[in-house]
Amino acid sequence: MIRYLVGRLLSAGVVIAGVAVIVFLLIHLVPGDPVEVMLGESARPADREALRHALGLDQPILIQLGRYLEGIAQLDLGTSLHSKRPITDLLAERVPATFQLAVVALLVAITLGVPLGTLAATRRGTGWDFATMGVSMLGVSVPNFVMGPLLILIFSVWLGWFPVSGREGGAAIVLPALTLGTAMAAILARMVRSSLLEVIQEDFIRTARAKGLGERRVVLAHALPNAALPVITVIGLQLGTLLGGAVITEIVFSWPGIGQLTIEAIQRRDYPVLQACMLLICLAYVVVNTATDLIYAALDPRIRLEQAR
Amino acid sequence: MIRLLIPGAVLFLWAVLALIAPMVPLAPNKVDLMQILSVPGADGWFGFDALGRPVGDRLAVGARTSFLVAFGVVSVSMVVGVFIGTIAGWIGGVFDHLVVRIMDVFLAFPGILLAIALAGILGPGIDNVIIALVTVGWVGFARLSRAQVMTIRQREHVQAARALGSRVWVIVRRHLLPLIWAPIIVEATFAVAGVVIAEAGLSFLGLGVQPPVPSWGSMIRDGTRYMLVAPHLVLVPGTAILFVVLAVNLVGDSLRDRMDVRLRAGD
Repeated sequence: MIRYLVGRLLSAGVVIAGVAVIVFLLIHLVPGDPVEVMLGESARPADREALRHALGLDQPILIQLGRYLEGIAQLDLGTSLHSKRPITDLLAERVPATFQLAVVALLVAITLGVPLGTLAATRRGTGWDFATMGVSMLGVSVPNFVMGPLLILIFSVWLGWFPVSGREGGAAIVLPALTLGTAMAAILARMVRSSLLEVIQEDFIRTARAKGLGERRVVLAHALPNAALPVITVIGLQLGTLLGGAVITEIVFSWPGIGQLTIEAIQRRDYPVLQACMLLICLAYVVVNTATDLIYAALDPRIRLEQAR
Repeated sequence: MIRLLIPGAVLFLWAVLALIAPMVPLAPNKVDLMQILSVPGADGWFGFDALGRPVGDRLAVGARTSFLVAFGVVSVSMVVGVFIGTIAGWIGGVFDHLVVRIMDVFLAFPGILLAIALAGILGPGIDNVIIALVTVGWVGFARLSRAQVMTIRQREHVQAARALGSRVWVIVRRHLLPLIWAPIIVEATFAVAGVVIAEAGLSFLGLGVQPPVPSWGSMIRDGTRYMLVAPHLVLVPGTAILFVVLAVNLVGDSLRDRMDVRLRAGD
């Protein structure tokens, strides 16, 4: 297990370093002179040179990269060109909103997805199965920027139950969490169904039935726990995506999280902030995925033995 | 077959709209001030938007945008990804290690985040949208074809071809690719659905095609401001995206079922 753990952490570190390099290179993809793009054509030459120097763009590229990585290691991400504030402060302000939305959306996904998937698997081939899978296919196919406005139309504009946007009061989280949660529930339900269908064919399920257990107990106590492993991976992947800020959903609902900050940074050509957002999002994603892998390996010895070879 | 009829019809309509849009006298940018925000009716089947432009005509031209981006991105991603993945799986060793590392780094960007950042930095425009989405899209094909090549490389017929002295190119073309194309086609089908959503998403964020060129995503974004008086501005393009994505996913599902069966029977 130790060997698997160390290997997994090392490769996560390599991935993060690679992400940092790509994020660093982004600013060099700006067409033309990035300083001119950021400050506008009317900027004074002295200001341009000052910014060029502050961003280190007057140095050779390898030195720039070295300084950039050094800054990240010291948790110094620079200052925002727009608000002139330290970027770490900006990120810290936005993280709670994104985290809150991620957790609530995940709860929505699990409470909807797991029962629906179980229902479909245990009544395979019946109308229940077709209806559940039909709904989940629909859920997979509706993009967030369609689902969000639809929910706003029905529940805010027509019924007036929830606020249209923002993060004031407890009711504001309902619609963005539903937008994200239903889409994830659809994926989760399909995963639970296929995983359960596989487990239900196993010998220990036949044994459980043969010794006279009720179907409810067979499913809840014997089948579901054994079907949980692949489902945990999917949940981990989805939590990672959510923690990264569901960019589009945050924009639809003006939810003041990391995703909204990312788009604001693009619109204001505040590239240092954009880079920092991307780094943070990828970091959250990699950390959650690595943690999921480790949990998975802790629960299932076959994985760690297979991969440690 | 019945299962494929409706999705097939939707996709056929999508393709026809996309391909004939330039030949039909559509007026996606014709402003009619008397019709601003009018709901669907006799004058326009799908109503008019906030500038008095016909939503139906914009929908048709938007179909062209999403179709061109989807097929452009998926075909380029497929060629690039399969090329890299096949080489990595075939050669193995240090090169393969490097490719796997690079793929891991690209996979560490959740969803369309990297495409959003790239499109934001490169600036709006259909070519930049395609570049951004290919940058994200090749990885799936590379990973899939690498894994496929690595298993098939060990089979006897490939060993035999090597022993007979066939050139690598001949082995790959005649003995590897015919065996891996089925999963790749399935992957490509689902990729079309992903790219349709991604293109519309980028346009929704204002990072896609430039106005006044219509895109379903930017139509939705413009429509959200008038939801109270003209919900059709969101509902019409939203339904179009839903139908296309649903149809592509259904076709993908049945392709997967069908091809899996064939693979199993052949084994």
